[in-house]
Amino acid sequence: MTGIGTSPPRPDGFAKASGAAVYADDLVRPGMWFGATVRSPHAHARLDGVRFAAERAPEGAVCLTAADLPGPNGILLIDDEWPILAAGTVRHVGEPVALVAAPSRLGALQAAAAVEAEYTPLPAVLTLEEAAAQATAQPTTQTTAHATPPATARPLLAECSLACGDVEAALAAATAVVEGTWSTGHQEHIYIECNAATAWVEDDGTVVVHGSMQCPYYVHKALVHALGAAPERVRVQASVVGGGFGGKEDFPSVIGVHAALLARAAGRPVRLAYDRHEDIVGTTKRHPAVVRHRTAVAADGTLLALDIDVTFDGGAYRTLSPVVLSRAVLHAFGPYRCPNVRIHGRVLATHTAPNSAFRGFGAPQTQFAMERQMDAVARRLGLDPLEVRRRNVVRPGDRLPTGQVLGESTAAEACLERAAARTGFQERWRALEREREGRADDSADGAPRRGIGLSLYFHGAGFTGSGERRMQSPVGARLLADGRVEVLTATTDMGQGCVAVFPQIAAAAGSLADDDVTFAPPDTARVPDSGPTVASRTTMIVGGTIARAVAGLSRRVVDWWQGEHGAGWQLADGTLRHPGGDAVPFRQAAREFLAAGGEGALEVRHRPPDWQEFDDATHQGSAYPVYAWGCDVVEVEVDPDTWAVRPTAVTAVCEVGRALHPTLCAGQIEGGTLQAVGWALTEEVKLDGGRYLNDRLATYIIPTARDAPRVSVELLEQPYEGGPFGAKGIGELPMDGGAPAVCQAVENATGIAVTAIPATPERLFAWAEGDRRREEVA
Amino acid sequence: MTAAPGGTAADAPRTLADACRRLGDDPNLVPVAGGTDLMVSDRLERSAVAGVLDLTRIPELTGVREVAGGLEIGAATPFAVLRSHPAVCRRFPALAAAAAVVGGWQIQSRATLGGNLVNASPAGDSLPVLLALEAVVVAAGPAGEREIPCAAFHVGYRKTALVPGELVARIRLPDPSPGSRQLFRKVGTREAQAISKVVVAAVGRVGGEGREGGVVESLRLAAGSVAATPVRLRAAEAAAVGKPWSPETARTRLAEEVGRAARGEVTPIDDVRSTAVYRAATLERVVRRLILDLGSPE
Amino acid sequence: MNVRFVVNGEEREAEGAPLERLLDVLREQLALTGTKEGCGEGECGACTVLLDGEPALSCLVPLAQCAGRDVRTVEGVAALPAGRRIVERLVAAGGVQCGACTPGIVVTAFALFERDPAPTRQALADALAGNLCRCTGYEGIFRALTDDAEQPTVSPARPGAPAVGEAE
Repeated sequence: MTGIGTSPPRPDGFAKASGAAVYADDLVRPGMWFGATVRSPHAHARLDGVRFAAERAPEGAVCLTAADLPGPNGILLIDDEWPILAAGTVRHVGEPVALVAAPSRLGALQAAAAVEAEYTPLPAVLTLEEAAAQATAQPTTQTTAHATPPATARPLLAECSLACGDVEAALAAATAVVEGTWSTGHQEHIYIECNAATAWVEDDGTVVVHGSMQCPYYVHKALVHALGAAPERVRVQASVVGGGFGGKEDFPSVIGVHAALLARAAGRPVRLAYDRHEDIVGTTKRHPAVVRHRTAVAADGTLLALDIDVTFDGGAYRTLSPVVLSRAVLHAFGPYRCPNVRIHGRVLATHTAPNSAFRGFGAPQTQFAMERQMDAVARRLGLDPLEVRRRNVVRPGDRLPTGQVLGESTAAEACLERAAARTGFQERWRALEREREGRADDSADGAPRRGIGLSLYFHGAGFTGSGERRMQSPVGARLLADGRVEVLTATTDMGQGCVAVFPQIAAAAGSLADDDVTFAPPDTARVPDSGPTVASRTTMIVGGTIARAVAGLSRRVVDWWQGEHGAGWQLADGTLRHPGGDAVPFRQAAREFLAAGGEGALEVRHRPPDWQEFDDATHQGSAYPVYAWGCDVVEVEVDPDTWAVRPTAVTAVCEVGRALHPTLCAGQIEGGTLQAVGWALTEEVKLDGGRYLNDRLATYIIPTARDAPRVSVELLEQPYEGGPFGAKGIGELPMDGGAPAVCQAVENATGIAVTAIPATPERLFAWAEGDRRREEVA
Repeated sequence: MTAAPGGTAADAPRTLADACRRLGDDPNLVPVAGGTDLMVSDRLERSAVAGVLDLTRIPELTGVREVAGGLEIGAATPFAVLRSHPAVCRRFPALAAAAAVVGGWQIQSRATLGGNLVNASPAGDSLPVLLALEAVVVAAGPAGEREIPCAAFHVGYRKTALVPGELVARIRLPDPSPGSRQLFRKVGTREAQAISKVVVAAVGRVGGEGREGGVVESLRLAAGSVAATPVRLRAAEAAAVGKPWSPETARTRLAEEVGRAARGEVTPIDDVRSTAVYRAATLERVVRRLILDLGSPE
Repeated sequence: MNVRFVVNGEEREAEGAPLERLLDVLREQLALTGTKEGCGEGECGACTVLLDGEPALSCLVPLAQCAGRDVRTVEGVAALPAGRRIVERLVAAGGVQCGACTPGIVVTAFALFERDPAPTRQALADALAGNLCRCTGYEGIFRALTDDAEQPTVSPARPGAPAVGEAE
């Protein structure tokens, strides 16, 4: 059984697990050379010159600098201010200043070592605090990569605001005003497969890039811009993708352009594959954030006003920061009702690697802050974490601060109540509060300190605001000569499992058998631009469009068949049946349809719901057509000697509309939750003078199988009429909930107010010492 | 592995004497056993190494052997062997415990005790255990064999007492006095596959009735990741030996004092894994815990 | 140097500097690209192979030590009935997402199952501690290879509402 709601094995699973799948670094082209990237050792410097000492490089090796670029020196995303290669100025450690290619990997490294770059170091802005100080001291200046950039940093990369009601009046009138400042750090994606791409030039001049990516048409757009090539002379093929998490949303445009430039210069295929050190130093990360809250509350815990200031560290270039900030602001108020809300968000530049897309896209940072703020409100008012959320949780019909009125598929309360009931949260939390309060300060017993925490969260599915309306992204479907339906999308499977879910949708929507449907590989020469594989849009938006396309095509065949053979035929599971007893395989009918001159190709565009309107300037309206909802309960043990936090169990109750493939759907929740737990506890990018101290997996610490708590997932269903078979997008949802729940649990266990993550043992120790000293003084 | 189809397997030395001779003839040879530290280098660096001395095919260098008063462990014995070796588990449980947390399974199948010594990282997990057991390193070189007490082996940050041309042949572990207890605690960056932030080993004995009260008759404490080399914590030992131990005194005074003494004699630093203040405080607390455990029922 | 050794039961020959990594030899000279590089320094386990039957990280094994050794890669493991069963269980239970870590997990799990055909969750976690996975949270891997893991459930958000999905 492979229908909707069942969990057939993913079709790529065997090839992946047995080593047969071809990833970007596995593709061998005849005569292929290897590339390498020469990177800045400085956080901020004038680039005085780059010289290639060819005599020290392998014979024939090529070297490219900004001076050799055929077109504009910019990676085209929202804009093109991210340079392909540094020109005049370097703005972060690891910024590419030159590219080389040579016949072997070793030769490429030797060629890179033969590049001599001269720099004059300049003062650097390395932290959000320094950037904030500079932002207030200087007016906004913006530059493009083409002009000679000024030596100063450009402080403001993006800004946006959202407001409703009268915040000042509510703050003035409130029983209590609770203030909090919550910080989150960088996070590295650590997809297990590092970024890689291979490029070559076909005889007709077409530039082909084959690589690990989420968005083939982003790479295509960047190549057309950078090479000055005609769109039809650029072809992008996604390989099997070894993990993305947003890290392969925009960065493949960089490595793809680099590989293409080298292939042109070398006159042969060139593979550019990063090692882990280079991938950490040179690619994007999650934005570090500082979020300040002032919350007005009534005595019973009802939220009266939220005043929120969001500051993100954008790194050296704008990349996708404006849209990340937008999503961050649109989730900063959490799944709660509040009549008076004011949110101001900024992304500031620093001389560090650009920060950009990472699962959650800004929402995890602002929801971490909101959830911790709710905990602070609860403590102030003597409520427990469940109660304060119960009093404010949004329900169908409620209005968000954007003015959006929530529809039927609003299930925050169901998630909250189900998670609380499953875990006995309230009793357990109170019991552990009493246990902590009754405990002598000394840790002589050595017993772990136990704690439990809860978080409530939501995540908008699809592009923010008018994004989907602007794109109206198309999906193609066509009949093959053998009568099967081929579906054409640019969606890539980075592990999430659209290779399994799309066929389920297609077969069910078209009333076809599983093997009546096949999918074209994501190759821009074959598939339309169905949009990027991002923003929790794959199942809901692209999947929904696939459903309409396949249904439309199969209806076309059925209609024709009935025209030829009379009415009354029903198509089910790939067979046309007549009540009289006749049965004809769909494929046969389709072949006859084609032979009779029937039009076997169809393109269908995504149609956002008519009611969804959004003003991108004021952030008013329906930012997303629908949200997925979740509630996490996390239990932890804190070692009283070492302050090490061990999460022991997580219960995640998530409302997903409809679980089309429960195993893969739960897999997103399980994996995303552990990624959030890692972000909360151990994952930290450590910089010194802009230089990476932990650009290795030995020192950037993600959870192992021994660190992973049991993750128990319950999927709730409240079907959404705008998604295929009721499904919503859920890929990013789990990233929002893990961290605040972990921190509340640590607070429950230790009494330490966790205001920043990662909550490393070193930080917990420092906070505990601070608390102890304050008590001694008092 | 003896039925080597290739010609080059036969090129690897089969005896310690042969290995030493070759190293004497060509001081540029790079000795390699498990390779788990050596191979963490980039392609350019690795390509510059012209010759290696494979230490994995020398029977004298691998395995655990009974000697008078203890065990000898071949330097090229991997941790996976030590972790489950019956005599090691029974007589040197602290070493077995350390062997079980050196990286994951794949690392343990290749990484060797001798390699841990020679790599000379202050964070080497087995090194405090060897110090606390007062192990003896037997080095072999052009001039024959010599014995180096473990405490004299690490002479500075990532520096050993070996002279050019010398290899570690084996490590001798003297049996601790009867009735003594061995304790090991690693504080890593995560639950497994981690490098130590603080690592501590203790070998000691509480005489008399442990549960009701006795005296700390002997104690050897050592720690890693808290100084430029793994260190014996002699002031902490002195603070404990001869002192009465009971669950009550341990909790109230003794453990506190020993922990404080330990903290006072180390010089941890801030680095990518942790901070100096955290390391000092954690060492104090871990030592305190080990003192509490020393006399407690097992 | 030139080295002969056995890979997946066949005698093979490789050429390279003494410290050439077995990983590169397998991928670049023997076209066995199932063995993946995730970190190049022995932290992630994606390049795990069996070296004389023991799980080892091919990024840390120098060519100079390979002569005469028996190497089994994921391609060889998956071709054996016991290896194939591990692969199928991982795929069925959601233990495979992006797949970049999976070959290493298959090889390590194969070695574990040879020694312990029914590992506990703790034993599997211990054995796989050197194999990092970033997609699954490991729960799907525990589900595939032990009988002690969480099973996701599906239920209607509104009590009493008809269930639209089928539970597993």
